[in-house]
Amino acid sequence: MRHIISVLLENESGALSRVAGLFSARGYNIESLTVAPTDDPSLSRMTIVTSGSDEIVEQITKQLNKLVDVIKLLDMTAHPHIEREMALIKVRVGEAADREEVKRLTDIFRGRIIDVTQQTYVIEITGEGSKLDAFLEAVSPFPVLEVVRSGVMGIARGDVALQL
Amino acid sequence: MSETSSSSTAITGAEIFCRSLQAEGVDVVFGYPGGAVLHIYDALYRQDKVSHVLVRHEQGAVHAAEGYAKSSDKPGVALVTSGPGATNAITGIADAYMDSVPLVVFTGQVPTSLIGNDAFQEVDTVGITRPCVKHNFLVKDVKDLATTIKKAFYVATTGRPGPVVVDIPKDVTAASCEFEYPESIHMRSYNPTFGGYTGQIDKAVDLILSAKQPMIYTGGGVILGRGSEALTEFTRKLGYPITNTLMGLGGYPASDKQFLGMLGMHGTYEANMAMHHADVLIAIGARFDDRVTGNIEKFCPHAKIVHVDVDPSSISKNVKVDVPIVGEVEPVLRALIKALDAAKAKPDPEALDAWWKQIGEWQSQDCLKYDRDSELIKPQYVVQKFWELTQGDAFVTSDVGQHQMWAAQFYGFDKPNRWINSGGLGTMGVGLPFAMGVQFAHPDATVGCITGEASIQMCIQELSTCYQYQLPIKILNLNNRYLGMVRQWQEFFYQGRYAMSYMDALPDFVKLAEAYGHVGMRIDKPGDVEGAIKEALAQKERLVFLDFITDQSENVYPMIPAGAGQNEMILV
Repeated sequence: MRHIISVLLENESGALSRVAGLFSARGYNIESLTVAPTDDPSLSRMTIVTSGSDEIVEQITKQLNKLVDVIKLLDMTAHPHIEREMALIKVRVGEAADREEVKRLTDIFRGRIIDVTQQTYVIEITGEGSKLDAFLEAVSPFPVLEVVRSGVMGIARGDVALQL
Repeated sequence: MSETSSSSTAITGAEIFCRSLQAEGVDVVFGYPGGAVLHIYDALYRQDKVSHVLVRHEQGAVHAAEGYAKSSDKPGVALVTSGPGATNAITGIADAYMDSVPLVVFTGQVPTSLIGNDAFQEVDTVGITRPCVKHNFLVKDVKDLATTIKKAFYVATTGRPGPVVVDIPKDVTAASCEFEYPESIHMRSYNPTFGGYTGQIDKAVDLILSAKQPMIYTGGGVILGRGSEALTEFTRKLGYPITNTLMGLGGYPASDKQFLGMLGMHGTYEANMAMHHADVLIAIGARFDDRVTGNIEKFCPHAKIVHVDVDPSSISKNVKVDVPIVGEVEPVLRALIKALDAAKAKPDPEALDAWWKQIGEWQSQDCLKYDRDSELIKPQYVVQKFWELTQGDAFVTSDVGQHQMWAAQFYGFDKPNRWINSGGLGTMGVGLPFAMGVQFAHPDATVGCITGEASIQMCIQELSTCYQYQLPIKILNLNNRYLGMVRQWQEFFYQGRYAMSYMDALPDFVKLAEAYGHVGMRIDKPGDVEGAIKEALAQKERLVFLDFITDQSENVYPMIPAGAGQNEMILV
């Protein structure tokens, strides 16, 4: 089963590689990983998307907790939560009709065109991974030059909060 | 800032290093100098509280520090230089990690300005050691040095102990600042658990008292967690049978009638059969290693399991547990004893009688028997004689292989911290440096190193260290001219194709010992074994190398073949 694990860890050099090394050393699957400092600059928040049986995910959370840099973690999948991912997509749109159609699709998906040239659009789109997949499918008739995806971020709904 | 004002209280990083070690109560550091740590060596030279032992290879330094830690209640400390010094230390660090040995290893590093430049003797020590340390640090500023050292000792010795590496660039040891050693440390990201939850303790007691065929299975955690006394009280109170893992030997007195011997691949028949037929398994400070469980699918098929461990990730890692208790072994055992006293129920005497009767039948197999009338020296006999002649009171280190298993089977450990070996990583070459560390921790004790001709050669250069410091270690070399355990597996599983297991061109160990300044003795008749050991034990001041020429074909029995269940042992 797919799990989203959010981790608060010390914002120190080497912390990321400890987490990544843990996954590779123990043969755990890592689907995506996003990390950045939080409002507290001494803290980083990491979102790991992984998958495995209940036993494996239990081990993953235990092993993560065992890392000295890890302060706290939360398995988002255990709570109602919101997931977001961002994609930047560069599409070739030479013809005026193409430009219209891509603009329309972008609007439907509540995306934004953030760069325009004679030949290309860069579209910014956020949402759950499945929405991003659906958009990519929708624009697939046009030549997609580049796709950059951020990996998933997650936050629990309501009162559940991963904080110190 | 104080460091720019050339205030009289500012001292160098190298001096801070020494003062921090003094503050930690470190009395001995095992190490080897080199360019990146010369400031530190100079500072060590100019003080007299922390002594330094010069080994002959960095691997020896770390293993000696392990031996020191495993046999005492203090962490081991090693100091090596950058690059090759650090890489030579890796095996010891990995060994300490697998066996949860509290260790602080200091590595020199090239100056901060050169880090990442492929400088001479540079290696990414933090990167290389990351997978095999409990934690590691790179100190980039002299102002962080004292606090980092404090953290390193704190992390290494608390919770589930383990090795911590502190990498110190050369310029940090030259820079100065004021020295202030923190009295205590708080790390928001590191809070080891102490006592177990009362709710879980009560659940465990209910399950324990409901048992008809109970078994207590304990590991190295009992020794690390200083829980041996509490374990003995707990076990005797219940009257249940108990087994120790290889790492746990001495955690419960081997001479006690409730002790069934070691379990696992080369454990006793009775211990393994009792495990297999248990209905309640009480696992304490043991981690269900594959050498213990055999085939996990066939492991303890009928048992409900209570598991006490300080490391939550060890619980339900290999085997699903019914009642997990996270906490230090000692306080958890005390809480269990208290709860047992308060409980209305008592162990079922009838069921227990029947269970002990069944165990007696398994014991009557006498699974550790060997040919006592052989004209060749049987390795088991050597160990047994050593046990008898030391009254079971020596510190015994071993290397890795057949001799290790015989040492575990035939030296009865009645006390904790007396059996020092490499259980997790299975590192050949540890025996001699382990013994050095033990002898430094216990200068007046008898320290025996039970080894084999292959293992001993992996760190044999340390004979030189032993001579320099006049360590009166007794080396019992069970010399069968084979990588014995490899040969045994080749005999069992590779139709006797002894690929590279034969040790050709062995040195003359007697002359070798003598060349290093020690006493060497060769023994090739069973009748001479006892006298030779007595003579060696009488040599209080000198290292004695006993080269026992043993039966080449002897195998370690009983044995659970890899992939088999605990009830599928091969007896002799």
